[in-house]
Amino acid sequence: MSVSLPLIRPRAKRVLPGFGLTLGTTLLFVALVMLLPLAALLAQASSLDGPAFWAIVTSERALATYRVTLSAALVASLFNCFFGLLLAWVLTRYDFFGRTVLDSVVDMPFALPTAVAGLSLATLFSHNGWIGQWLAPLGIEVAYTWWGIVVAMAFTSAPFVVRSVQPVLEDLEPELEEAAMSLGAGPVNTFLRVIFPLLLPALMAGFALSFARSLGEFGAIIFIAGNIPYETEISALLIMIRLEEYDYAAASAIAVVVLGAALALLLTINLLQARSLRYLQRG
Amino acid sequence: MALPDQAPQTHAPPRHASPWVGRLLIALALALTVLVVLLPFAAVFAQAFSRGWTVYAENLLHPDTLHAIRLTLIAAAIAVPVNTLFGVAAAWAITRFRFPGKRVLQTFIDIPFSISPVVAGVMYLMLYGGQGWAGQWLGQYDIQLMFSVAGVVMVTIFVTSPFVARELIPYMQAQGSEEEEAARVLGASGWQTFWHVTLPNIKWALIYGVILCNARAMGEFGAVAVVSGNIRGETNTLPLHIELLYQDYNATGAFAAASLLALLAVVTLVLKTVAEWRARRAFARGG
Repeated sequence: MSVSLPLIRPRAKRVLPGFGLTLGTTLLFVALVMLLPLAALLAQASSLDGPAFWAIVTSERALATYRVTLSAALVASLFNCFFGLLLAWVLTRYDFFGRTVLDSVVDMPFALPTAVAGLSLATLFSHNGWIGQWLAPLGIEVAYTWWGIVVAMAFTSAPFVVRSVQPVLEDLEPELEEAAMSLGAGPVNTFLRVIFPLLLPALMAGFALSFARSLGEFGAIIFIAGNIPYETEISALLIMIRLEEYDYAAASAIAVVVLGAALALLLTINLLQARSLRYLQRG
Repeated sequence: MALPDQAPQTHAPPRHASPWVGRLLIALALALTVLVVLLPFAAVFAQAFSRGWTVYAENLLHPDTLHAIRLTLIAAAIAVPVNTLFGVAAAWAITRFRFPGKRVLQTFIDIPFSISPVVAGVMYLMLYGGQGWAGQWLGQYDIQLMFSVAGVVMVTIFVTSPFVARELIPYMQAQGSEEEEAARVLGASGWQTFWHVTLPNIKWALIYGVILCNARAMGEFGAVAVVSGNIRGETNTLPLHIELLYQDYNATGAFAAASLLALLAVVTLVLKTVAEWRARRAFARGG
């Protein structure tokens, strides 16, 4: 543990210039690009009275889209926890041929535009696609079903868990494990009782990031989901459909619900990341 | 991410674990990565060339596709420099000065990352569309920003705005401002300090952010879909064009257009890896 002396700092004079210029630019940009459009959306949604708003956002069809979106995002993010934990572990614990390439390739889903991912996944999982042809005889259909949504969400948010867990695993002191092992814990017990609890905040942060991204995903999903109302229609698509019908009030009402969910998640993620950061700093 | 303290390192494998566990885990990780990450990428090229080079070339040289490519390049050429300036300004303000509300500002800067792109598009439509405040006001002067190239550029700026700031803030925070203060004390002007001290120091982290920003700007789909109006040969970007071709049952054409963006992804990954490596090295040298 390092003890920092309570240094008496002279009140920092601003040696560096540009405070007004850079902060002014930043505030202007944030106000014009982010806050003004946000306010316009809220204003549009609040032009509806309470009961009308409620009727739109709790209509049968809207509720079905929340169910589809939330359940698919949950399954996709759980898969990513497994995938992410495995990859982060392998990348930090073993030296093998191709490790650096694997480390770079993990980010492919972030680099590949979502429309390309959706197009490609829809083809891979169709009846005669590279993957679909093996699943079809087993009676498993992915393309144009709810599972297609899961696949698209899992792909587009795959790197999140890897990238949140990896730095924590790298910083983990080997002494901890060695101590556990020398005290007689087997590898499985060491992982479950010593390592996993330390990884949990980072894993949860990764899960939340993946979940948030999945809730907002649109491009990849519309290619591979059947887009059938009540069955494989996600909330973002319902917003698009209402816009195409020029029903701006309904579109913005549903958009506000999606926005509210996203901001609540952002808050959760910030709290989780603060916790996992605290762990890193303590170590 | 370009966080300087994430140098790649491996611990020795736990002594008691059998080597087979390690091999099994590595094999599983590689197999899953190929299946989940690489197969979708490879399929793009396989499909794009499934009917030969000539069909591929014809698809790419179709006027609508060429127009979509041009619009995508234009949108990125505007959005990326704008967000680079914003990112540098925001990072300078946040990492070099103390002021109240800094945390809140940082949260606001990150907001576009957590808003669904479709919702982002709706926000702009509600502001600049026919019914919006700004839209009505601009309408008096016969200016229509939605369903036009301007709208595409504006939402692209929104969606990609945090990338540069996000990379620079932790990097500049970790670097501290001693060198810049020294330059100032020795008599350099503010701009001289920025150009000759700050910029060389943050170069690779900046490039890293720009690369990610560009990749997203060229690949954005949801937000652009809302405000573009999907006018073929006019307001269609490359990602939107892919969907249009797919709906026309022109899968080969869609994959040909998609292959360009898949190439962009490879270039992005390679440049990103180089930039990350250089940023880390520059940081280690400086620190």
